[in-house]
Amino acid sequence: MQLIACPHCGPREETEFHYGGQAHVAYPAGNATLSDEEWGQFVFFRDNPKGPFAERWVHSAGCRRWFNAVRDTATHQILAVYRQGEPKPVVA
Amino acid sequence: MTVDIVSRTVQDSARRSPLGTYAGQLAAVPKGVSIREVPFLTQLDLRVEPGGEAAAAAERVLGVALPTTACTAVSGVDGAEVLWLGPDEWLVVAPAGQDALEGDLRAAVGQQGAVVDVSAQRTTIAISGPRTADLLAHGCSLDLDPRVSPKGTCVQTLLALAGVVLVVRDEHAGDVWVLVRSSFARYLADWLLDACAEYEDDPSWR
Ligand SMILES: [Zn+2]
Repeated sequence: MQLIACPHCGPREETEFHYGGQAHVAYPAGNATLSDEEWGQFVFFRDNPKGPFAERWVHSAGCRRWFNAVRDTATHQILAVYRQGEPKPVVA
Repeated sequence: MTVDIVSRTVQDSARRSPLGTYAGQLAAVPKGVSIREVPFLTQLDLRVEPGGEAAAAAERVLGVALPTTACTAVSGVDGAEVLWLGPDEWLVVAPAGQDALEGDLRAAVGQQGAVVDVSAQRTTIAISGPRTADLLAHGCSLDLDPRVSPKGTCVQTLLALAGVVLVVRDEHAGDVWVLVRSSFARYLADWLLDACAEYEDDPSWR
């Protein structure tokens, strides 16, 4: 259990949040001509690093807004939070 | 017999608040707190772009600027309170029976926003008294100390795992409104009664 700092509401208990997978996965360009394999890549394949990972989270029991967070997948520590549309912060 | 059926039908369709049957139990809790339902408040969900024309028009109806500081609430005219729910979303809570407010707000924001009547979505539990913060601490992770949560704090959070909107209405956390979804209201009332039970014999709660 840890506090997650919602970019709107401030630090709240982790139980108020839900996880939404990898952040910054852009909808593919030229998607009318994509092959099944390319669609499969977009829909199902995600990075799986050990260490800092940019993810989508939603403050579901609070303001119900989506935001992004950089989380260390090895320690589960949230290293940074930022609003949608903001660039991914550089974390050490 | 026909009259009988008609009168029963009319009676059954009368508006009933989610905690109407809990009034007696809630009134009997130890004196450190006082708990009662405030039923049938007018509740309108307002979505507009903050700082825009529609927001200004809504503010003229409400007589107060929409709060843009997260997790705060302000009081407008005619007993209306404006609760921050999100960066472009507010809950307008007004006394029961203010049916004209919905139309006034909708006319003000026009096509530039949305006004939805959500009065039936939640009921309001008013908790007051010197032990209010102690009671809520049984199931709420937020710090209700007045230094952290002063008057005008309005947070959406979990109370005993139920989603609620908490509104702090005085300077010393002794007057709090808990807005809870109607379908969760009896669960939450049972939980509050249970949380109070251990103080029955506590002299500081008498
Ligand atoms: Zn939030």
